[in-house]
Amino acid sequence: MQVPLRCIAHTRSGDKGNTSNIAVFAYLPAFYPVLQEQLTVERFKSRYAGLIKGKVTRYLAHNLEALNFVCEGALGGGVSRSLYLDNYGKALSSAILDFAILLPNGLVSLVDRQHLCAAGATVPSDASCQAVLRGIGN
Amino acid sequence: MAKQSIRIGTGSGWWGDRIEPAAFIVERGKLNYLCFETMAEATSSAAQVRARRDPGFPGYDTYLDARMRAVLPGCIEQGVKIISNQGWINPVGAAQRIADLLADLGLKGVKVAAVEGSLITARVRELTQTVLETGADVRSLEDIVSAEAYLGADKIVEALQGGAKIVVTGRVADPSLFLAPMMYEFGWTADDHRLLAAGSGVGHLLECGAQVTGGYFSDPGFKDVEEPWNLGFPIAEVTSDGDCVITKSPGTGGAVTLQTVKEQMLYEVHDPANYMTPDVIVDFTTAKLEAVGKDRVKVSNITGKPRTSTLKVSIGCLEGFIGEDMFFYAGAGCVARATLAKRILEERFKIIGLQAQEYRIDFLGMNAIHGEATPAHQTEPYEVAVRVAARTRTRSEAEKIGREVDGMAVSGVGHTGKRVPHAERTREVVGIWSALVSRDAVQGSIRYFES
Repeated sequence: MQVPLRCIAHTRSGDKGNTSNIAVFAYLPAFYPVLQEQLTVERFKSRYAGLIKGKVTRYLAHNLEALNFVCEGALGGGVSRSLYLDNYGKALSSAILDFAILLPNGLVSLVDRQHLCAAGATVPSDASCQAVLRGIGN
Repeated sequence: MAKQSIRIGTGSGWWGDRIEPAAFIVERGKLNYLCFETMAEATSSAAQVRARRDPGFPGYDTYLDARMRAVLPGCIEQGVKIISNQGWINPVGAAQRIADLLADLGLKGVKVAAVEGSLITARVRELTQTVLETGADVRSLEDIVSAEAYLGADKIVEALQGGAKIVVTGRVADPSLFLAPMMYEFGWTADDHRLLAAGSGVGHLLECGAQVTGGYFSDPGFKDVEEPWNLGFPIAEVTSDGDCVITKSPGTGGAVTLQTVKEQMLYEVHDPANYMTPDVIVDFTTAKLEAVGKDRVKVSNITGKPRTSTLKVSIGCLEGFIGEDMFFYAGAGCVARATLAKRILEERFKIIGLQAQEYRIDFLGMNAIHGEATPAHQTEPYEVAVRVAARTRTRSEAEKIGREVDGMAVSGVGHTGKRVPHAERTREVVGIWSALVSRDAVQGSIRYFES
Protein backbone atom coordinates (compact mmCIF):
# COMPACT_ATOMS: atom_id res chain seq x y z
CA MET A 1 0.00 0.00 0.00
CA GLN A 2 1.26 3.48 -0.84
CA VAL A 3 1.07 6.04 1.96
CA PRO A 4 2.52 9.51 2.37
CA LEU A 5 5.60 9.58 4.59
CA ARG A 6 3.68 11.55 7.21
CA CYS A 7 1.66 8.41 8.06
CA ILE A 8 4.77 6.65 9.32
CA ALA A 9 7.19 9.44 10.24
CA HIS A 10 7.48 12.97 11.59
CA THR A 11 10.07 15.60 10.67
CA ARG A 12 11.82 18.75 11.91
CA SER A 13 14.28 21.14 10.26
CA GLY A 14 16.99 23.31 11.77
CA ASP A 15 19.45 25.88 10.40
CA LYS A 16 23.18 26.54 10.56
CA GLY A 17 24.44 29.14 8.11
CA ASN A 18 23.43 28.06 4.61
CA THR A 19 22.82 24.45 5.71
CA SER A 20 19.50 23.00 6.79
CA ASN A 21 19.20 19.68 8.59
CA ILE A 22 15.93 17.89 8.02
CA ALA A 23 15.46 15.00 10.42
CA VAL A 24 12.94 12.25 9.76
CA PHE A 25 11.73 10.12 12.70
CA ALA A 26 9.85 6.83 12.40
CA TYR A 27 6.68 6.76 14.50
CA LEU A 28 7.37 3.07 15.25
CA PRO A 29 10.61 1.04 15.20
CA ALA A 30 9.03 -1.20 12.53
CA PHE A 31 8.86 1.72 10.09
CA TYR A 32 12.52 2.63 10.48
CA PRO A 33 13.93 0.00 8.08
CA VAL A 34 11.34 1.07 5.49
CA LEU A 35 12.54 4.65 5.73
CA GLN A 36 16.18 3.59 5.51
CA GLU A 37 15.50 1.57 2.40
CA GLN A 38 13.18 3.93 0.57
CA LEU A 39 14.23 7.41 1.65
CA THR A 40 17.63 7.43 0.01
CA VAL A 41 19.71 10.58 -0.40
CA GLU A 42 18.88 10.66 -4.12
CA ARG A 43 15.12 10.41 -3.59
CA PHE A 44 15.20 12.88 -0.73
CA LYS A 45 17.14 15.35 -2.85
CA SER A 46 14.81 14.97 -5.80
CA ARG A 47 11.87 16.04 -3.61
CA TYR A 48 13.79 19.24 -2.88
CA ALA A 49 15.07 19.67 -6.46
CA GLY A 50 15.87 23.29 -7.22
CA LEU A 51 15.64 24.27 -3.58
CA ILE A 52 18.58 22.39 -2.06
CA LYS A 53 21.52 23.46 -4.19
CA GLY A 54 24.40 21.64 -2.49
CA LYS A 55 25.41 18.25 -1.16
CA VAL A 56 23.05 16.17 0.96
CA THR A 57 24.47 13.81 3.58
CA ARG A 58 22.31 11.25 5.37
CA TYR A 59 23.18 10.31 8.95
CA LEU A 60 21.42 7.50 10.78
CA ALA A 61 20.59 7.50 14.48
CA HIS A 62 19.33 3.95 15.14
CA ASN A 63 18.55 4.73 18.77
CA LEU A 64 16.13 7.47 17.71
CA GLU A 65 14.87 5.54 14.65
CA ALA A 66 15.87 8.67 12.77
CA LEU A 67 17.45 9.75 9.49
CA ASN A 68 19.13 13.15 9.55
CA PHE A 69 19.55 14.78 6.14
CA VAL A 70 22.14 17.54 6.22
CA CYS A 71 21.44 19.76 3.22
CA GLU A 72 24.06 22.24 2.10
CA GLY A 73 23.04 25.28 0.08
CA ALA A 74 19.43 25.07 1.25
CA LEU A 75 18.89 28.53 2.72
CA GLY A 76 19.46 30.99 -0.11
CA GLY A 77 23.04 31.82 0.88
CA GLY A 78 22.58 31.74 4.66
CA VAL A 79 19.93 32.86 7.11
CA SER A 80 20.95 36.54 7.22
CA ARG A 81 21.57 37.11 3.49
CA SER A 82 18.75 34.88 2.23
CA LEU A 83 15.95 36.36 0.12
CA TYR A 84 13.68 33.46 1.04
CA LEU A 85 10.56 34.38 2.97
CA ASP A 86 11.28 31.46 5.33
CA ASN A 87 14.95 32.33 5.67
CA TYR A 88 15.54 29.94 8.58
CA GLY A 89 13.98 27.12 6.59
CA LYS A 90 11.80 26.15 9.51
CA ALA A 91 9.03 25.09 7.11
CA LEU A 92 11.37 23.04 4.90
CA SER A 93 10.73 19.87 6.86
CA SER A 94 7.11 19.76 5.70
CA ALA A 95 7.90 19.15 2.01
CA ILE A 96 9.09 15.59 2.56
CA LEU A 97 5.87 14.67 4.43
CA ASP A 98 4.17 13.88 1.11
CA PHE A 99 6.97 11.56 -0.07
CA ALA A 100 5.35 8.33 -1.30
CA ILE A 101 6.23 5.29 0.81
CA LEU A 102 5.39 1.82 -0.41
CA LEU A 103 4.42 0.17 2.84
CA PRO A 104 4.79 -3.64 2.99
CA ASN A 105 1.42 -5.29 3.64
CA GLY A 106 2.53 -6.65 6.97
CA LEU A 107 3.08 -3.13 8.32
CA VAL A 108 -0.16 -1.49 7.15
CA SER A 109 -2.09 -2.50 10.24
CA LEU A 110 0.53 -0.78 12.41
CA VAL A 111 -0.14 2.64 10.92
CA ASP A 112 -2.00 4.91 13.32
CA ARG A 113 -5.58 5.02 12.03
CA GLN A 114 -5.87 8.71 12.81
CA HIS A 115 -2.84 9.35 10.61
CA LEU A 116 -4.40 7.46 7.73
CA CYS A 117 -7.62 9.42 8.13
CA ALA A 118 -5.80 12.74 8.37
CA ALA A 119 -3.73 11.93 5.26
CA GLY A 120 -6.77 10.87 3.21
CA ALA A 121 -7.82 14.19 1.76
CA THR A 122 -10.72 12.57 -0.08
CA VAL A 123 -12.09 10.89 3.04
CA PRO A 124 -15.03 13.13 3.97
CA SER A 125 -16.10 11.72 7.31
CA ASP A 126 -14.97 9.39 10.00
CA ALA A 127 -17.56 6.80 8.95
CA SER A 128 -16.21 6.47 5.42
CA CYS A 129 -12.69 6.65 6.84
CA GLN A 130 -13.49 3.58 8.89
CA ALA A 131 -14.78 1.90 5.74
CA VAL A 132 -11.52 2.68 3.97
CA LEU A 133 -9.61 1.23 6.88
CA ARG A 134 -11.71 -1.91 6.91
CA GLY A 135 -10.91 -2.23 3.24
CA ILE A 136 -7.20 -1.92 4.03
CA GLY A 137 -7.56 -4.61 6.67
CA ASN A 138 -8.84 -7.11 4.12
CA MET B 1 28.45 18.82 49.90
CA ALA B 2 27.62 18.36 46.25
CA LYS B 3 23.97 18.06 45.32
CA GLN B 4 22.58 14.80 43.90
CA SER B 5 20.09 16.43 41.56
CA ILE B 6 19.01 19.85 40.33
CA ARG B 7 16.10 21.28 38.37
CA ILE B 8 17.00 23.56 35.46
CA GLY B 9 14.35 25.47 33.52
CA THR B 10 14.43 27.49 30.32
CA GLY B 11 13.44 31.16 30.47
CA SER B 12 13.65 31.84 26.72
CA GLY B 13 14.58 29.85 23.64
CA TRP B 14 15.36 32.84 21.47
CA TRP B 15 15.28 36.63 21.51
CA GLY B 16 11.66 36.86 20.40
CA ASP B 17 10.36 34.18 22.74
CA ARG B 18 7.30 34.72 24.91
CA ILE B 19 7.81 36.11 28.39
CA GLU B 20 4.73 34.79 30.24
CA PRO B 21 5.97 31.16 30.34
CA ALA B 22 9.20 32.37 31.99
CA ALA B 23 7.23 33.96 34.81
CA PHE B 24 5.10 30.82 35.08
CA ILE B 25 8.01 28.40 35.26
CA VAL B 26 9.51 30.40 38.12
CA GLU B 27 6.20 30.39 39.95
CA ARG B 28 5.42 26.69 39.46
CA GLY B 29 8.60 24.94 38.38
CA LYS B 30 10.41 24.50 41.74
CA LEU B 31 13.62 25.40 39.94
CA ASN B 32 17.20 25.66 41.09
CA TYR B 33 18.33 27.37 37.87
CA LEU B 34 16.67 29.39 35.13
CA CYS B 35 18.61 29.80 31.85
CA PHE B 36 17.90 32.33 29.10
CA GLU B 37 19.03 31.83 25.50
CA THR B 38 18.50 34.94 23.34
CA MET B 39 21.22 34.99 20.68
CA ALA B 40 20.95 33.87 17.04
CA GLU B 41 23.95 33.59 14.71
CA ALA B 42 23.69 37.21 13.56
CA THR B 43 22.70 38.77 16.91
CA SER B 44 26.08 40.28 17.79
CA SER B 45 26.70 41.65 14.32
CA ALA B 46 23.25 43.19 14.13
CA ALA B 47 23.81 44.70 17.58
CA GLN B 48 27.15 46.18 16.47
CA VAL B 49 25.50 47.74 13.42
CA ARG B 50 22.72 49.19 15.55
CA ALA B 51 25.13 50.47 18.19
CA ARG B 52 27.06 52.42 15.52
CA ARG B 53 23.92 54.18 14.33
CA ASP B 54 22.09 54.54 17.64
CA PRO B 55 24.33 55.69 20.48
CA GLY B 56 21.45 55.12 22.93
CA PHE B 57 21.33 51.36 22.20
CA PRO B 58 22.91 49.63 25.19
CA GLY B 59 24.03 46.52 23.25
CA TYR B 60 22.21 43.88 25.26
CA ASP B 61 18.89 42.02 24.82
CA THR B 62 16.21 44.55 23.93
CA TYR B 63 13.82 42.59 26.18
CA LEU B 64 16.23 42.47 29.14
CA ASP B 65 14.05 44.65 31.36
CA ALA B 66 10.81 42.83 30.54
CA ARG B 67 12.33 39.37 31.03
CA MET B 68 14.08 40.26 34.27
CA ARG B 69 11.13 42.10 35.78
CA ALA B 70 9.02 39.00 35.10
CA VAL B 71 11.32 36.61 36.96
CA LEU B 72 13.58 38.46 39.41
CA PRO B 73 11.25 38.70 42.42
CA GLY B 74 10.36 34.99 42.27
CA CYS B 75 13.90 33.86 41.58
CA ILE B 76 15.42 35.84 44.44
CA GLU B 77 12.67 34.78 46.86
CA GLN B 78 13.13 31.08 46.02
CA GLY B 79 16.90 31.15 45.56
CA VAL B 80 16.69 30.32 41.84
CA LYS B 81 19.96 31.27 40.13
CA ILE B 82 19.87 32.78 36.64
CA ILE B 83 22.27 32.13 33.74
CA SER B 84 21.63 34.25 30.66
CA ASN B 85 23.32 35.22 27.39
CA GLN B 86 21.32 38.44 27.23
CA GLY B 87 24.58 40.43 27.45
CA TRP B 88 25.04 40.27 23.65
CA ILE B 89 27.87 42.76 22.95
CA ASN B 90 27.69 44.42 26.38
CA PRO B 91 27.45 41.87 29.21
CA VAL B 92 28.83 44.40 31.69
CA GLY B 93 26.07 46.85 30.81
CA ALA B 94 23.49 44.08 31.13
CA ALA B 95 24.82 43.04 34.55
CA GLN B 96 24.74 46.65 35.76
CA ARG B 97 21.19 47.03 34.45
CA ILE B 98 20.10 43.84 36.23
CA ALA B 99 21.68 45.09 39.46
CA ASP B 100 19.74 48.35 39.05
CA LEU B 101 16.49 46.48 38.39
CA LEU B 102 17.08 44.38 41.53
CA ALA B 103 17.65 47.53 43.55
CA ASP B 104 14.46 49.08 42.12
CA LEU B 105 12.56 45.98 43.23
CA GLY B 106 14.02 46.34 46.74
CA LEU B 107 16.19 43.24 46.29
CA LYS B 108 19.48 44.38 47.74
CA GLY B 109 22.81 42.61 48.08
CA VAL B 110 22.41 40.23 45.12
CA LYS B 111 25.66 39.44 43.32
CA VAL B 112 25.49 39.66 39.52
CA ALA B 113 28.40 38.55 37.30
CA ALA B 114 29.19 39.57 33.74
CA VAL B 115 31.20 37.13 31.62
CA GLU B 116 33.10 38.99 28.91
CA GLY B 117 35.73 38.13 26.39
CA SER B 118 33.91 36.46 23.51
CA LEU B 119 34.28 39.49 21.22
CA ILE B 120 37.53 39.34 19.23
CA THR B 121 36.66 41.75 16.42
CA ALA B 122 39.91 43.71 16.57
CA ARG B 123 42.06 40.56 16.63
CA VAL B 124 40.16 38.25 14.29
CA ARG B 125 42.50 38.74 11.32
CA GLU B 126 45.49 37.68 13.43
CA LEU B 127 43.82 34.90 15.37
CA THR B 128 41.96 33.04 12.62
CA GLN B 129 43.07 31.84 9.21
CA THR B 130 40.42 30.14 7.09
CA VAL B 131 36.73 30.77 6.40
CA LEU B 132 35.21 27.35 7.02
CA GLU B 133 32.37 27.72 4.49
CA THR B 134 34.54 28.79 1.54
CA GLY B 135 38.17 27.93 2.36
CA ALA B 136 39.10 31.58 1.71
CA ASP B 137 41.56 33.52 3.83
CA VAL B 138 39.85 35.40 6.68
CA ARG B 139 41.95 38.45 5.72
CA SER B 140 40.04 38.58 2.43
CA LEU B 141 36.75 39.31 4.24
CA GLU B 142 35.63 42.91 3.83
CA ASP B 143 33.68 45.17 6.19
CA ILE B 144 33.97 42.92 9.25
CA VAL B 145 31.61 44.39 11.80
CA SER B 146 31.88 41.78 14.52
CA ALA B 147 33.78 38.62 15.38
CA GLU B 148 33.19 36.49 18.39
CA ALA B 149 34.35 33.19 19.75
CA TYR B 150 31.84 30.74 21.19
CA LEU B 151 32.94 30.38 24.82
CA GLY B 152 32.20 27.32 26.92
CA ALA B 153 30.85 26.84 30.42
CA ASP B 154 34.06 27.40 32.39
CA LYS B 155 33.75 31.13 33.14
CA ILE B 156 30.11 30.76 34.14
CA VAL B 157 31.13 28.00 36.58
CA GLU B 158 33.83 30.28 37.96
CA ALA B 159 31.30 33.09 38.43
CA LEU B 160 28.97 30.73 40.33
CA GLN B 161 31.92 29.66 42.49
CA GLY B 162 32.51 33.38 43.06
CA GLY B 163 29.08 33.68 44.64
CA ALA B 164 27.09 35.10 41.73
CA LYS B 165 23.34 34.50 41.85
CA ILE B 166 22.90 35.82 38.32
CA VAL B 167 25.43 35.34 35.51
CA VAL B 168 25.00 37.26 32.26
CA THR B 169 27.23 36.56 29.28
CA GLY B 170 27.99 37.57 25.72
CA ARG B 171 28.46 34.79 23.18
CA VAL B 172 28.58 31.39 24.84
CA ALA B 173 27.57 28.17 23.09
CA ASP B 174 23.89 27.62 23.88
CA PRO B 175 24.27 24.22 25.63
CA SER B 176 27.09 25.62 27.80
CA LEU B 177 24.64 27.99 29.52
CA PHE B 178 22.81 24.92 30.86
CA LEU B 179 25.90 22.76 31.41
CA ALA B 180 27.50 25.33 33.72
CA PRO B 181 25.13 24.82 36.67
CA MET B 182 25.57 21.04 36.42
CA MET B 183 29.36 21.38 36.52
CA TYR B 184 29.12 23.76 39.45
CA GLU B 185 26.61 21.77 41.51
CA PHE B 186 27.94 18.27 40.77
CA GLY B 187 31.63 19.13 40.78
CA TRP B 188 32.18 17.97 37.19
CA THR B 189 35.51 19.08 35.75
CA ALA B 190 36.63 19.97 32.24
CA ASP B 191 38.08 16.49 31.61
CA ASP B 192 34.96 14.54 32.65
CA HIS B 193 33.97 14.27 29.02
CA ARG B 194 31.32 11.58 29.55
CA LEU B 195 29.52 13.80 32.07
CA LEU B 196 30.09 17.00 30.11
CA ALA B 197 28.62 15.34 27.03
CA ALA B 198 25.56 14.19 28.98
CA GLY B 199 25.09 17.65 30.46
CA SER B 200 25.61 19.38 27.12
CA GLY B 201 23.06 17.04 25.55
CA VAL B 202 20.56 18.03 28.22
CA GLY B 203 21.41 21.67 27.53
CA HIS B 204 20.80 21.13 23.84
CA LEU B 205 17.35 19.75 24.62
CA LEU B 206 16.52 22.80 26.76
CA GLU B 207 18.08 25.59 24.73
CA CYS B 208 15.14 26.20 22.37
CA GLY B 209 12.53 26.47 25.10
CA ALA B 210 9.13 25.08 24.11
CA GLN B 211 10.54 23.31 21.06
CA VAL B 212 10.95 20.27 23.34
CA THR B 213 7.57 20.68 25.07
CA GLY B 214 5.28 20.70 22.05
CA GLY B 215 6.21 23.97 20.33
CA TYR B 216 7.25 23.78 16.66
CA PHE B 217 5.59 20.36 16.73
CA SER B 218 1.78 20.30 16.35
CA ASP B 219 0.41 18.91 13.10
CA PRO B 220 -3.35 18.35 13.38
CA GLY B 221 -4.41 14.74 12.99
CA PHE B 222 -0.81 13.55 13.24
CA LYS B 223 0.81 15.19 16.23
CA ASP B 224 -1.74 16.92 18.43
CA VAL B 225 -0.87 18.47 21.78
CA GLU B 226 -3.09 19.82 24.53
CA GLU B 227 -3.63 23.58 24.78
CA PRO B 228 -0.95 24.63 22.27
CA TRP B 229 -1.73 28.26 23.17
CA ASN B 230 -0.46 27.59 26.69
CA LEU B 231 2.87 25.84 26.09
CA GLY B 232 5.09 25.50 29.12
CA PHE B 233 8.86 25.96 29.04
CA PRO B 234 10.91 22.82 29.73
CA ILE B 235 12.45 21.64 32.98
CA ALA B 236 15.26 19.11 33.25
CA GLU B 237 15.62 17.15 36.49
CA VAL B 238 19.30 16.30 36.19
CA THR B 239 21.17 13.91 38.43
CA SER B 240 24.88 13.97 39.19
CA ASP B 241 25.51 11.07 36.78
CA GLY B 242 24.26 13.19 33.87
CA ASP B 243 20.94 11.42 33.39
CA CYS B 244 17.83 13.55 33.31
CA VAL B 245 14.08 13.63 33.03
CA ILE B 246 12.72 16.27 30.66
CA THR B 247 9.37 17.60 31.83
CA LYS B 248 7.40 20.87 32.12
CA SER B 249 5.57 22.66 34.86
CA PRO B 250 2.08 21.49 35.82
CA GLY B 251 -0.73 23.66 34.55
CA THR B 252 0.73 24.18 31.11
CA GLY B 253 -0.25 22.85 27.69
CA GLY B 254 1.94 21.14 25.16
CA ALA B 255 3.57 17.75 25.66
CA VAL B 256 6.84 16.09 26.51
CA THR B 257 6.93 12.80 24.63
CA LEU B 258 9.49 10.58 22.92
CA GLN B 259 8.58 12.39 19.71
CA THR B 260 9.10 15.93 21.01
CA VAL B 261 12.40 14.96 22.63
CA LYS B 262 13.71 13.12 19.56
CA GLU B 263 12.88 16.03 17.28
CA GLN B 264 14.71 18.48 19.51
CA MET B 265 17.67 16.12 19.99
CA LEU B 266 18.52 16.42 16.29
CA TYR B 267 17.50 20.07 15.88
CA GLU B 268 20.36 21.98 14.21
CA VAL B 269 22.54 18.88 14.56
CA HIS B 270 24.58 17.58 11.64
CA ASP B 271 26.46 14.36 12.49
CA PRO B 272 24.54 13.12 15.55
CA ALA B 273 27.61 11.21 16.77
CA ASN B 274 29.77 14.35 16.71
CA TYR B 275 27.91 17.43 17.96
CA MET B 276 30.68 19.86 18.79
CA THR B 277 30.52 22.37 21.61
CA PRO B 278 33.34 24.35 23.26
CA ASP B 279 33.18 21.97 26.23
CA VAL B 280 32.98 18.52 24.63
CA ILE B 281 31.92 16.52 21.56
CA VAL B 282 28.48 15.03 22.17
CA ASP B 283 27.36 11.66 20.80
CA PHE B 284 23.57 11.49 20.64
CA THR B 285 23.58 8.07 18.95
CA THR B 286 24.08 6.30 22.27
CA ALA B 287 21.25 8.11 24.06
CA LYS B 288 18.49 6.08 25.62
CA LEU B 289 15.02 7.65 25.78
CA GLU B 290 12.21 6.30 27.93
CA ALA B 291 8.73 7.65 28.56
CA VAL B 292 8.45 7.42 32.36
CA GLY B 293 5.15 9.22 32.94
CA LYS B 294 2.85 11.82 31.47
CA ASP B 295 5.02 14.60 30.09
CA ARG B 296 8.13 12.93 31.48
CA VAL B 297 10.90 11.50 29.29
CA LYS B 298 14.05 10.08 30.81
CA VAL B 299 17.23 10.67 28.80
CA SER B 300 20.31 8.66 29.69
CA ASN B 301 23.58 7.40 28.24
CA ILE B 302 24.46 10.39 26.10
CA THR B 303 28.20 9.91 25.60
CA GLY B 304 31.00 11.96 24.13
CA LYS B 305 34.62 12.65 23.38
CA PRO B 306 37.04 15.27 24.69
CA ARG B 307 36.73 18.80 23.38
CA THR B 308 38.83 20.05 20.48
CA SER B 309 41.74 22.48 20.86
CA THR B 310 39.87 25.23 19.00
CA LEU B 311 36.78 27.37 19.47
CA LYS B 312 34.33 28.30 16.72
CA VAL B 313 34.38 31.93 15.67
CA SER B 314 31.48 33.69 14.02
CA ILE B 315 32.42 36.64 11.81
CA GLY B 316 29.81 39.15 10.67
CA CYS B 317 30.44 41.24 7.54
CA LEU B 318 28.41 44.07 6.08
CA GLU B 319 27.34 42.77 2.71
CA GLY B 320 24.69 45.22 1.54
CA PHE B 321 20.94 45.57 1.86
CA ILE B 322 17.69 43.76 1.22
CA GLY B 323 14.63 45.59 -0.09
CA GLU B 324 11.30 43.80 0.24
CA ASP B 325 7.60 44.47 -0.23
CA MET B 326 4.39 42.74 -1.32
CA PHE B 327 0.95 43.25 -2.85
CA PHE B 328 -2.14 41.10 -3.35
CA TYR B 329 -4.71 39.49 -5.64
CA ALA B 330 -7.86 37.51 -4.92
CA GLY B 331 -10.73 35.75 -6.64
CA ALA B 332 -11.11 34.44 -10.17
CA GLY B 333 -7.97 34.85 -12.24
CA CYS B 334 -5.82 35.97 -9.32
CA VAL B 335 -2.83 33.87 -10.38
CA ALA B 336 -2.95 35.21 -13.94
CA ARG B 337 -2.95 38.77 -12.61
CA ALA B 338 -0.08 37.98 -10.24
CA THR B 339 1.87 36.45 -13.13
CA LEU B 340 1.34 39.56 -15.25
CA ALA B 341 2.36 41.76 -12.32
CA LYS B 342 5.58 39.73 -11.97
CA ARG B 343 6.34 40.28 -15.67
CA ILE B 344 5.71 44.04 -15.33
CA LEU B 345 8.13 44.29 -12.42
CA GLU B 346 10.80 42.25 -14.20
CA GLU B 347 10.61 44.61 -17.17
CA ARG B 348 10.59 47.70 -14.96
CA PHE B 349 13.67 46.48 -13.09
CA LYS B 350 15.41 46.43 -16.47
CA ILE B 351 14.11 49.90 -17.33
CA ILE B 352 15.40 51.42 -14.10
CA GLY B 353 18.65 49.42 -14.30
CA LEU B 354 18.24 47.82 -10.87
CA GLN B 355 21.65 46.81 -9.54
CA ALA B 356 20.78 43.67 -7.56
CA GLN B 357 23.05 40.76 -6.68
CA GLU B 358 19.93 38.63 -6.69
CA TYR B 359 16.19 39.19 -6.66
CA ARG B 360 13.14 36.97 -6.50
CA ILE B 361 9.41 37.39 -6.97
CA ASP B 362 7.37 34.74 -5.17
CA PHE B 363 3.65 34.10 -4.92
CA LEU B 364 2.64 33.60 -1.30
CA GLY B 365 0.06 30.88 -1.20
CA MET B 366 1.70 29.09 -4.10
CA ASN B 367 5.49 28.82 -4.06
CA ALA B 368 7.03 31.29 -1.63
CA ILE B 369 8.07 28.72 0.97
CA HIS B 370 9.24 25.64 -0.92
CA GLY B 371 10.22 27.58 -4.03
CA GLU B 372 11.37 25.42 -6.94
CA ALA B 373 10.49 22.29 -4.94
CA THR B 374 6.78 23.17 -5.00
CA PRO B 375 4.90 20.41 -6.86
CA ALA B 376 3.31 21.45 -10.14
CA HIS B 377 -0.43 21.26 -10.93
CA GLN B 378 -1.61 22.49 -7.57
CA THR B 379 -5.17 23.81 -7.34
CA GLU B 380 -5.32 27.53 -7.93
CA PRO B 381 -5.56 29.36 -4.59
CA TYR B 382 -8.31 31.88 -3.92
CA GLU B 383 -5.80 34.53 -2.86
CA VAL B 384 -2.20 35.18 -3.76
CA ALA B 385 0.32 37.72 -2.47
CA VAL B 386 3.22 38.76 -4.67
CA ARG B 387 6.38 39.20 -2.65
CA VAL B 388 9.40 40.91 -4.15
CA ALA B 389 12.83 40.83 -2.52
CA ALA B 390 16.25 41.89 -3.77
CA ARG B 391 19.74 41.96 -2.29
CA THR B 392 21.79 44.95 -3.31
CA ARG B 393 25.05 46.63 -2.44
CA THR B 394 23.53 49.96 -1.40
CA ARG B 395 20.44 51.00 0.51
CA SER B 396 19.34 53.32 -2.29
CA GLU B 397 19.19 50.36 -4.68
CA ALA B 398 17.23 48.32 -2.14
CA GLU B 399 14.74 51.17 -1.78
CA LYS B 400 13.84 50.76 -5.45
CA ILE B 401 12.00 47.53 -4.68
CA GLY B 402 9.44 49.24 -2.49
CA ARG B 403 9.21 52.16 -4.91
CA GLU B 404 8.40 49.87 -7.84
CA VAL B 405 5.82 48.02 -5.75
CA ASP B 406 4.28 51.42 -4.97
CA GLY B 407 3.91 51.90 -8.72
CA MET B 408 1.80 48.77 -8.97
CA ALA B 409 -1.03 50.52 -7.09
CA VAL B 410 -2.12 52.76 -9.96
CA SER B 411 -0.01 51.73 -12.94
CA GLY B 412 -0.05 47.97 -12.71
CA VAL B 413 -2.72 45.30 -13.03
CA GLY B 414 -6.47 45.39 -12.36
CA HIS B 415 -7.70 44.40 -8.90
CA THR B 416 -4.33 44.96 -7.23
CA GLY B 417 -4.43 45.11 -3.43
CA LYS B 418 -1.69 47.24 -1.92
CA ARG B 419 -0.59 48.34 1.50
CA VAL B 420 0.40 51.93 2.21
CA PRO B 421 4.03 51.58 3.26
CA HIS B 422 4.14 52.00 7.01
CA ALA B 423 7.31 50.16 7.91
CA GLU B 424 10.94 50.26 6.80
CA ARG B 425 11.17 48.25 3.59
CA THR B 426 14.95 47.85 3.52
CA ARG B 427 17.29 46.16 5.94
CA GLU B 428 21.02 45.74 6.23
CA VAL B 429 22.57 42.38 5.43
CA VAL B 430 25.18 41.08 7.82
CA GLY B 431 26.66 37.95 6.29
CA ILE B 432 27.98 35.41 8.76
CA TRP B 433 31.13 33.34 8.20
CA SER B 434 32.82 30.84 10.50
CA ALA B 435 36.44 30.17 11.44
CA LEU B 436 38.38 28.47 14.23
CA VAL B 437 40.55 30.06 16.88
CA SER B 438 43.01 28.47 19.27
CA ARG B 439 41.37 28.01 22.66
CA ASP B 440 44.35 29.62 24.42
CA ALA B 441 43.96 32.86 22.48
CA VAL B 442 40.53 33.67 23.89
CA GLN B 443 40.28 34.03 27.63
CA GLY B 444 36.98 35.06 29.13
CA SER B 445 36.90 37.34 32.14
CA ILE B 446 34.42 38.07 34.92
CA ARG B 447 33.23 41.30 36.54
CA TYR B 448 30.96 41.33 39.57
CA PHE B 449 28.27 43.80 40.54
CA GLU B 450 25.95 43.94 43.53
CA SER B 451 22.46 45.37 43.80
